[in-house]
Amino acid sequence: MIRSDAPVLLEVRDLRASVDDQPILHGVNLTIRAGEIHAVMGRNGSGKSTLSKVLAGHPAYTVTGGSVTYRGQDLLELEPEQRARIGLFLGFQYPVEIPGVSNLEFLRVATNARRQERGETELDTFAFEDLVNTRLAVVQMDPAFLERSVNEGFSGGEKKRNEILQMALLEPVVAILDETDSGLDIDALRIVAGGVNQLASPDNATLLITHYQRLLDLITPDHVHVMAAGRILRSGGPELAHELERIGYDWVDQELALTEVG
Amino acid sequence: MVATTRAHTWQDLAGAALPTRRSEDWRFTDLAALAAIEPRPWSGSDPLGSLQLPAGVTRLPEAELDAVAGQSLARTGCSEHWPVRLNVGARPVRLGLRVAAGAEPLRLELDAGSAGELLALHLVLLLEPGASLALSQRLSASGAAVCSLVCEAQLAAAARLHWGLVAQGHSSAALLGHLAVTQEPGSSLDLVTVSSGWGLSRLEPRVQQSQGAARTRLRGLQWVDDNQLADTHSLVRFDGPDGQLDQLHKTVAAGAGRSVFNGAVQVPRAAQRTDAAQLSRSLLLSDRARVDTKPELEIVADDVKCAHGATLSRLQQDELFYLQSRGIAADQASRLLLAGYCQDVLRELPDAAAPWPPTAAPFREP
Repeated sequence: MIRSDAPVLLEVRDLRASVDDQPILHGVNLTIRAGEIHAVMGRNGSGKSTLSKVLAGHPAYTVTGGSVTYRGQDLLELEPEQRARIGLFLGFQYPVEIPGVSNLEFLRVATNARRQERGETELDTFAFEDLVNTRLAVVQMDPAFLERSVNEGFSGGEKKRNEILQMALLEPVVAILDETDSGLDIDALRIVAGGVNQLASPDNATLLITHYQRLLDLITPDHVHVMAAGRILRSGGPELAHELERIGYDWVDQELALTEVG
Repeated sequence: MVATTRAHTWQDLAGAALPTRRSEDWRFTDLAALAAIEPRPWSGSDPLGSLQLPAGVTRLPEAELDAVAGQSLARTGCSEHWPVRLNVGARPVRLGLRVAAGAEPLRLELDAGSAGELLALHLVLLLEPGASLALSQRLSASGAAVCSLVCEAQLAAAARLHWGLVAQGHSSAALLGHLAVTQEPGSSLDLVTVSSGWGLSRLEPRVQQSQGAARTRLRGLQWVDDNQLADTHSLVRFDGPDGQLDQLHKTVAAGAGRSVFNGAVQVPRAAQRTDAAQLSRSLLLSDRARVDTKPELEIVADDVKCAHGATLSRLQQDELFYLQSRGIAADQASRLLLAGYCQDVLRELPDAAAPWPPTAAPFREP
């Protein structure tokens, strides 16, 4: 839903970043307003996953220029946990397995960190179990997964459902979902996409990072951006995703060659 | 004047000089720290005074205890080990127990205190055919102390022993422990050892499957910090075919702590179709900590599966970032990861040991 008067939640200006002294992002610009769903598409290596990790504060990436403003606040000066507490969420492409740490306990500690930031009371074990049981329905997840270690031995689909469950508990303001569709069969994709649609509201925003159109058949974006060589090359509406599906990414090379000549 | 008035030296007590690092068995573990301590005999109350035996567990008569004591030590080849000789010389508190089928869980607590004394215990367990026992054993010290522990267990056919030893010491305390177990065919041993906080700790679990065809599962966790040293030397010997071993030893090394693990597995010709797996995992939390870990496989039989492995790592950045990205602060995330790492072993303790989680900070639930 596009409303030009909706408040800006995330403003990315000329963002540059590198990993191991290798520049990856070469000046990314992006404005996300409340109520919007954005999709960043691009081939492997275009920098779209790097963008998501830089926004979440992954320590392996160094910001070398530009700015990111989250609801008027300088996001880049915050630790990753602080970004999460004020409402930024990253759904991982490869959710990490943590043996020995109970999923339920992990979800509770994370939820309470966010609640504390919002001035809400912390939930004890019993109150949290009530909450988590209502949220399980969003991703049709079996409660048995709460008793296991975080993501340990989960299938690809189960890990992604666990990501969306976390999103449902943390109620982020800006959710970045990095290749949430990768490795999912069509049923799991429908469940995950259904969860994202349920959680979208006029007060929050979603940034989908994806390679394929198929996720966008289930979650309709308001804005589509094509990323290449660490920049956003072109932006448009949902029709841009369909165009990409039809003509592929080959035109990107020509356009890149032109910009380099120019 | 202390030197001239004391009754004993370590050498007198053990009837042999302290081992030095020139001996292969003590290469990484220096007992010199002991030499600085005067071995004063235990003057406290009977350490087993409050012991209550559960149903199915009875005391062995003295004569029978005399007859069986030392058998498992001899059969696992450690009667002459220095810590065992020390235990004998220290005239230990002896406890011999017979365990029948359907025995209730047994708890044994031993506190070596802080008075700088030597507390020695010699425990002998006889598990009858088909008997089963969950044994939760706790050792502690709250200051200067030396704890000498020799435990023997004989598992008759189809007997099952689930044994948890939680030893939580003090930087001024030393623990020397031998746990010798002999297993008849069809028996099953789950031995979980957890040690933390001792200035010096040396644990030697030694298991003999007398005719093979038994199941042995060993779990170990040792935590060192400051200038502590923890050493586990384990031995499992298969004197017959079709034996199984599943062993996991975990270490956390912080501060300037040192950790030693030596895992011997002996598979002589008679031990065909042995299936043994040993894994040593070490987590280094500091640049000043040191870990020495070594498998020691002696395999003569040719139709066997013997796997071994060792890993050494730091806390994983990706795991930390994942937790941080969910709003969990870096220090709490580290504690969660450490607790998870330890939980792998702690969750295998018998239920009765659960009220005794070690209180070293990182073991605590966050």
